Amino acid sequence: MSATGVKPVLEVRDLTVSLPAGADRPHAVEKVSFTVNPGEIVCLVGESGSGKSVIAFTVMGLLAKALKPTSGEILLEGENVLAANEDRLRELRCTRMSMIFQEPMTALNPVMSCGEQIDEVLSTHTQLDAGERRAKILAILGRVKLPEPERIYASYPHQLSGGQRQRIMIAMALVLDPVLLIADEPTTALDVTTQAEILKLIAELQAGQGTGVLFITHDFGVVAEIAHRVAVLRWGQLVEMGPTEQILSRPGHGYTKMLISSVPSITPQHRGVRKDGITVLRTEKLGKTYSGKAFFQKARVVKAAIDVDLDIRKGETLGIVGESGSGKSTVARCIARLIDPTEGKVFLGDTEIATMSVGKLRPHRRKVQIVFQDPYRSMNPRITVGEFIIEGPMNFGLRKEEALARARKLMETVRLDPNSLDRYPHQFSGGQRQRICIARALAMEPELLIADEAVSALDVSVQKQVLELLDEIRQRLNLAVLFITHDLRVAAQICDYVAVMSKGRVVEYGSAEQVFGAPRDDYTKALFAAAPGRHWEFGKFATA
Amino acid sequence: MSTITEEVIDSASIAAASTKRRPLWQVAIRNPSVIIGGTILLIMVLIAALAPFLGTVDPTRIDPAARNKKPGTEITFRLDDGQTAKRVAIMGTDSLGRDVYSRVIYGTRVSLAVGIAVALIAVAIGTVIGLISGYIRWADGIIMRIMDGLMAIPGILLAIALVSIWRTGLITVIFAIVVPDVPRVVRLVRSIVLTVREEPYVEGAISVGTPTWVLMFRHILPNTIAPLIVQGTFLAAAAILVEAALSFLGIGIPPEIPSWGNIMAEGRTLFRVFPHNILYPGIFLALTVLAINIMGDGLRDTLDPKMSKKV
Amino acid sequence: MLDFIVRRLIAIVPVLTVVAVFVFLMLRLTPGDPAAVIAGDNATSDQIDDIRAKLGLNEPLWTQFAIWISSILQGDFGESYFFKKTVAELIAQRVEPTLALATCTLIFAVSVSVPVGVLAAYRQGSMFDRVVMGFSVLGFSVPGFVIGYCLIYVFAIELGWLPVQGYTRIGVNFWGFLERMVLPSLTLSVGFIALISRITRASVLEVLNEDYIRTARAKGLSNRVVLMRHALRNAAVPILTVIGLGIAILIGGAVITESVFGLPGLGRLTVEAVLSRDFPTIQTVILMFSVVYVVINLLIDISYTLFDPRIRY
Repeated sequence: MSATGVKPVLEVRDLTVSLPAGADRPHAVEKVSFTVNPGEIVCLVGESGSGKSVIAFTVMGLLAKALKPTSGEILLEGENVLAANEDRLRELRCTRMSMIFQEPMTALNPVMSCGEQIDEVLSTHTQLDAGERRAKILAILGRVKLPEPERIYASYPHQLSGGQRQRIMIAMALVLDPVLLIADEPTTALDVTTQAEILKLIAELQAGQGTGVLFITHDFGVVAEIAHRVAVLRWGQLVEMGPTEQILSRPGHGYTKMLISSVPSITPQHRGVRKDGITVLRTEKLGKTYSGKAFFQKARVVKAAIDVDLDIRKGETLGIVGESGSGKSTVARCIARLIDPTEGKVFLGDTEIATMSVGKLRPHRRKVQIVFQDPYRSMNPRITVGEFIIEGPMNFGLRKEEALARARKLMETVRLDPNSLDRYPHQFSGGQRQRICIARALAMEPELLIADEAVSALDVSVQKQVLELLDEIRQRLNLAVLFITHDLRVAAQICDYVAVMSKGRVVEYGSAEQVFGAPRDDYTKALFAAAPGRHWEFGKFATA
Repeated sequence: MSTITEEVIDSASIAAASTKRRPLWQVAIRNPSVIIGGTILLIMVLIAALAPFLGTVDPTRIDPAARNKKPGTEITFRLDDGQTAKRVAIMGTDSLGRDVYSRVIYGTRVSLAVGIAVALIAVAIGTVIGLISGYIRWADGIIMRIMDGLMAIPGILLAIALVSIWRTGLITVIFAIVVPDVPRVVRLVRSIVLTVREEPYVEGAISVGTPTWVLMFRHILPNTIAPLIVQGTFLAAAAILVEAALSFLGIGIPPEIPSWGNIMAEGRTLFRVFPHNILYPGIFLALTVLAINIMGDGLRDTLDPKMSKKV
Repeated sequence: MLDFIVRRLIAIVPVLTVVAVFVFLMLRLTPGDPAAVIAGDNATSDQIDDIRAKLGLNEPLWTQFAIWISSILQGDFGESYFFKKTVAELIAQRVEPTLALATCTLIFAVSVSVPVGVLAAYRQGSMFDRVVMGFSVLGFSVPGFVIGYCLIYVFAIELGWLPVQGYTRIGVNFWGFLERMVLPSLTLSVGFIALISRITRASVLEVLNEDYIRTARAKGLSNRVVLMRHALRNAAVPILTVIGLGIAILIGGAVITESVFGLPGLGRLTVEAVLSRDFPTIQTVILMFSVVYVVINLLIDISYTLFDPRIRY
């Protein structure tokens, strides 16, 4: 597949990395081969557990001790790094190959200034004097488009935003013009607008210097945006590899097809909007202000939600989309009364619950149920799935046998084995746990179901199944659903109405078709413009 | 689309994935540190329980004729019925002619009693206060100020202060050691409560209308058990040391009661000539505390791995 | 920065208030007439009446507290009827040995335990690491007085290298002072070294798992640079915290060590005061040690800003 006449910067041949004894499979990576040419961006795509990050760390020689490359070669400009000793690897790092990581918040040393941290690279690998180093650092800070390089040089990481920190990481990685850049999910932890800027920056810098990039991601949107070639991985094996256009539109392997068609489309489905349903939930000027009270300290006031007006009718899904810190989760938690709103009203049917005392609230709790983001922390590890589901109904007076019978039925509803009620949470996968959480919410026979980033932690194929399940349940039970997400694609597929939040306020609110089709607010427009791969219609394959 | 594949294989979670889930206590009792420490401790418990049957004589009996004998000396004991018996004092006698071996063996009872009592009482009181503090907002401020204040007084000094208030005795000593320990337990329990109540599964339980007390006992309290067992173990070890120190200084348990600290206190004056009065109880003391600490380390590594990263 | 220090200073007020209330209540919780307790066994009724008047014992409890705390704040700690001196004089007399002992111990213990802990973390699982961890458990378990007597027996009695007990003032004979400080400092160091080496090891190990350590390695830095420049500085805050908390162990240990080695310091004074039920002295010593402990920890808190820029302001 490699272009003729060009020597690849990275050539991975038959790489196998073994897992320690006792793991669920013998190899993290098995007989994987691919190349990265100069000036080329190669994406390694796969779901969690596919081994994509293991490959990246193997190339850098930064693999955890438990994992061992057992066979194959990794050639960096023809030199086998698997055979290189520790000293040689150190010489290569940052000079010939560099790496940037997923979490910019933790990847920088908090007690050293950013300038110092880049300076370390230069003083380790070059003979430049202090003045030359400083000039070089300020130049690269300018190249990664950080404002006021002088100020940034002296700043500590905690004084910068996530996007800025990732720019520092990129500056550090590219300051010595390496031939290979490995980017391990570098934008996954960032908001969508920041993500777009970082992707653009990487592409620009890489094209300018002819750097080969090995880009690890799980997101096909990012792939469509940036990749020249794509390698799809599953369970440590390379499923298929080819130019981006080919893989996305004419995938050869069933697994690739399944993955790509699981990516939700950013164009909302046309769903008949019924204006006739009964209003289940209405908020009026809902607001939440956090004030950090401390002795003799300036009171820090954070307005997490301001004047939020929403309403949801029976059988409808309202989505709240926004970036981190937009206040979308605050609104959800206020409605579920997991936190107390500081202003405004929340009507559940005709009952106002925002100011209701905890004691009076209890009977109304049944009506609003919530499913959380993290499937691993949503269930008490010490109690069985059965007990977990029947806890709520029994709180409201249902007898145990009836509650269990209901639980069995609900397990079928969420397509899980009803006989597994006596099992513990750790015996289930993340997707299964999310189904169990849905079953538990349904056991309360709620009027409103809140899904707070409920599919965000799931792999795309599992995400699709859970989304389909949620939508089916909504239709069948004529349920009102409040769906909180940062993922525009997910929102486009599941919501009837969408509210876009930014800095605590709802900036745009309307039917999904209208908001996605013709956004009016500048922020909404910017948000949609930043969605990676928005021009690509995933899953519409050309017939092979 | 047949199977759901979410096994996380990033390098960090390999270890977690590879261990099969087994009840924690089963993992704990297989830990070598727990086995070694537990075995020594079990022997100590047996010694305490069987003290009268281990060739001991009355540890409080004063015999002017047999004062300050070196270990291994054969001495004549006068028994209760007026008869005399010869036996070898394997650890010698003290300056009042009491048999050091018998005193050391009986001293095991005092030390273990203090250790266990302090750990249980401190954990019980601390858990109650910690739960209150972690759950009731307005009480939290007051309780934590008091706890911070108590923690500001160095532990042994606080115990000394408390001992000086009341008459010396076993109960006083136990109480005096419990008080400085309570704030530590309170802090532990409170921090667990504060962390766990933010967990989605607790919020989930709130939203299905679970009453507060059920929440507390079913979802929150079980999280404190493992850390409290670990903490209690270390508290017991420290308590035994503090009791010995107080008694050694002459401000602990009344001198007639045979405790390791008292035996050593008595041996101080003639230490240059008769070091055995300090050596033997010292060995027993160190061995017991070592056993408990080793067991505590093992328990912490297995029951509370998050804490083992910190300390 | 100043703001930060002021806030920290204000934060210790409630803590010290609780300590003061406790110390004040001590005497009131003792069975018997407080004035008679203070005066001791050989007091005349006139003396007792004097004390009662001075402490305002006929006033309500909170007035008594006000009288007591205001005299404390003016530096009047009362009078020891047992030692027949004012408590202030008594303490001034006894402070040097304790200060000397604590300083020697601190310097010795920290300079041993931090490097050892770092090395143990760096070579996690090695023979060295296991030996260090083993000694650390042992150090926690063997009481100070047993260690002290063992050291005396070996180095003073059997080998005769060092004097058995006693204290020489620094000003009088520096060499004699040093000679008499070696064994007590060593004794007191054992527990402290055990604690700090363990914490150092744990903190460094935790830092070594951080993402930024991985970044540092990805930069091609040598292991030594990663350890010294990146890991140790980040581990400094928890290590310092524990050194601060360890001061409590140091103070408690001083009480025992001074008794073993016959040092005429504050620790020995505490024990003597308890044995003779000399309450003004007990109260003052406890109050003083607590204030010292809190202030040292305050200073350590403030020093964090030198290591971690995030803590500033």
